[in-house]
Amino acid sequence: MPEVHLWSGLRALAGGREVVEVEGRTVGEILDALVAACPGLKEPIEAGVSVAVDGRIIASARNEPVNPDSEIYLLQRLRGG
Amino acid sequence: MALDEYRPQEGDEAYEGPREFRQVGTRPDRPDGFDKVTGRARFGADMYAPGMLHAAILRSPHAHARIVRLDTSKAEALEGVKAVVTRADFSKNVIFAPGTVGEFWNILENIMAGEKALYDGHAVAAVAATTPLIARDALKLIEVEYEILPHVTDVDEAMKPGAPVIREGAADRSVPEGMHPNVVRYHESGHGDVEAGFAEADLVIEDHFTTEATHQGYIEPHACLGTLGADGKGELWCCTQGHWYVQKVCAALLDLETANLRVTASEIGGGFGGKTTVFIEPVALALSRKAGRPVKLVMSRAEVFRATGPTASASMDIRIGMKKDGTITAAQGTFRLQGGAFPGAPMEFTAMCAFACYDLRHVRQVGYDVMTNRPKQAAYRAPGSPMAAFAVESVIDELCNRLGLDPIEVRLKNAAREGTKASYGPTYPRIGLVETLEAARAHPHYAAPLKPGQGRGISCGFWFNYGGETSVSLALSEDGSAQVMVGTPDIGGSRASMALMAAEELGIPYEDIRVTIADTASLGYNEVSHGSRVTYASGLAVIKAARDAKRKLCARAAAKWGIEEDAVEWRDGAAWPAGPNAGDFEPLSIGEICAEMGATGGPISGHYEATPEGAGVSFATHIVDAEVDPETGKTSVVRYTVVQDAGKAIHPSYVEGQFQGGAAQGIGWALNEEYIYGDDGRLQNAGFLDYRIPVASDLPMIDTVIVEVPNPGHPFGVRGVGETSICPPLAAIANAVSNAAGVRLRDLPMRPSRILDELEKQRDDA
Repeated sequence: MPEVHLWSGLRALAGGREVVEVEGRTVGEILDALVAACPGLKEPIEAGVSVAVDGRIIASARNEPVNPDSEIYLLQRLRGG
Repeated sequence: MALDEYRPQEGDEAYEGPREFRQVGTRPDRPDGFDKVTGRARFGADMYAPGMLHAAILRSPHAHARIVRLDTSKAEALEGVKAVVTRADFSKNVIFAPGTVGEFWNILENIMAGEKALYDGHAVAAVAATTPLIARDALKLIEVEYEILPHVTDVDEAMKPGAPVIREGAADRSVPEGMHPNVVRYHESGHGDVEAGFAEADLVIEDHFTTEATHQGYIEPHACLGTLGADGKGELWCCTQGHWYVQKVCAALLDLETANLRVTASEIGGGFGGKTTVFIEPVALALSRKAGRPVKLVMSRAEVFRATGPTASASMDIRIGMKKDGTITAAQGTFRLQGGAFPGAPMEFTAMCAFACYDLRHVRQVGYDVMTNRPKQAAYRAPGSPMAAFAVESVIDELCNRLGLDPIEVRLKNAAREGTKASYGPTYPRIGLVETLEAARAHPHYAAPLKPGQGRGISCGFWFNYGGETSVSLALSEDGSAQVMVGTPDIGGSRASMALMAAEELGIPYEDIRVTIADTASLGYNEVSHGSRVTYASGLAVIKAARDAKRKLCARAAAKWGIEEDAVEWRDGAAWPAGPNAGDFEPLSIGEICAEMGATGGPISGHYEATPEGAGVSFATHIVDAEVDPETGKTSVVRYTVVQDAGKAIHPSYVEGQFQGGAAQGIGWALNEEYIYGDDGRLQNAGFLDYRIPVASDLPMIDTVIVEVPNPGHPFGVRGVGETSICPPLAAIANAVSNAAGVRLRDLPMRPSRILDELEKQRDDA
């Protein structure tokens, strides 16, 4: 089951956990499962997050694939200038 | 989406390995050159319409004031005035929400004040009249009664107990309890145990740094021409980095159906991130809807300074521990950024970029987004990263100086590389920081002797880069030439890069391809030109669209020859039998196939729509030599070298231009540029006479070295290059100036008076 690493500012919203294990085969499914597991994460996820999957930073595509052993980090939503 | 409906992302972005390019990597003439040197290019203010009105905006002279009464009746009665709008003329359906969730509400509140004016220059009403002079005269007839409120423009002051509150309830849930209401977002990240790491260090330096707000300084002020009828259908011409975003925002703020507003991007005279948002377009459309006529709105330079986004200013604390051999044992940073009277200062990027260049076991970064009575900040090239690099790289330079270590060797010793756990979390894929450091070390500049009074500075810098929603169409003409339609405004030479990639794929001359920035009615959605995404994402889409067209061309040849489609291959601009078993046919050129396409199945086009997500992160290393006059405090940058990883340079001249442009803007940010506010909260230097950007005589020749470490997420290996080049300059220049002056400069800009103050303090201390 994929493990999702939270930036430390989010941990208070996830019961103090740094890592949350959730089911999912895509970025979108992972995000939905995270909200189901930790409702406190709903607001920051809806505000926009990027998801780093195996070092690749996914800014918006919810259909990007995720493997069970993928390294997954939630990052604050990227934007540029 | 149910699991059984799962499909991977469309398209394969993977790097296709080294190859010999015929056109990519060459330096043809720029396609927009003729238009720009002859004046034929049409910028935002160059569009006219029959019956057009001219608009002007009334702006608050106060930094913070409640609008008690607003009476526009006298202005409306002036002959020639056709419409006046206030906040009441915009949507009531845009909902306030804390933090950046309510960004459309924040934009609405910024483009037209509601109950309060929140900064000097905040719009409170607008007029459309038959001439610009009448419009400006009408502004004087608008009566506004203000209740002046206490204001705050400094980030540290705005966080203190008792500071005036800009807006109650603006903070999101990330903010720890007990913070001042002006602190509206909070970020914390890192890994390891920093205190344990500091205990391992032979030397720990902790220091405080500040940077001032600087403007993107684009030459072309914001301008637009809008038409909106009572039927809810409209047309908008404007200078922007992203016309689909403008369409979306205007539709929301004016209660329109998105598709009923067609937006066309003009030629753009610079953006650098400052044109990724919306300032005047909904105002022009609201005036047009009320007047029933087209409305043109052009900002003055003073308005650009007072009411469009500069970057955020920053107050930062950095602590880094190092062993005598140069190993960094721990790093910690606190970053407080103000982004004006709205949430959105890019403190999370400041925090995430701060230590991204280094392989650190123990690292922690904290960011605060703070509101003040200043204009709403807008993105500026790698938003948040340059100030982080300034603070962090200054401390690393000081550690090197005190430990007697070479600054490039120390950076190489600690450099992030493939497999390093980034300071912001994930593990890096293939990256090119080490290659930029090695190229800098090998560059003659690094070994060149310095003259008395000169100092040398080194800095690295990091930026994420971005992909985003992208649509491209490629239509073939009957003579075999190609029209490529992209949706990303050309802010840095992308038309040339797109043409080169299309030419490479199709095997036809660069000159046979015309690249057009399509309007919102002519192409699918495209995200804003930001995040150094255009050559990466639109370029990837051009490659894929060209391959789509090639498949169709091969199919036509196969049909003509009566063989299977997969028995045909495309090379050198023609369809060929794929091998001896495919049959003995003379190749069919693109021109031959296209000449008869109407009779063989119809027009041939290639398309691609996707959200490429393989934008590779990017690193740079800069070397700067500076000379300081101890009598006047004047700094001269005497030599500058930029080394940056471009992944693959499609048009090297444009890549070099991006490198040089970032360095030039960095020189201004480091030495001269700053927003200066008086005690009354008013901006004191809203013009280029008093806000000094570098001119040609301020700049040395900026040498460039293009490093090419392929991005694993692009077929040709492209990485964005537009933003990373502004990450190292502040620190590299500050390190050079500090080493030249013999005193550490911790506050930007390093104007002459500040350098003299520091030299005097040093003499007093001695």
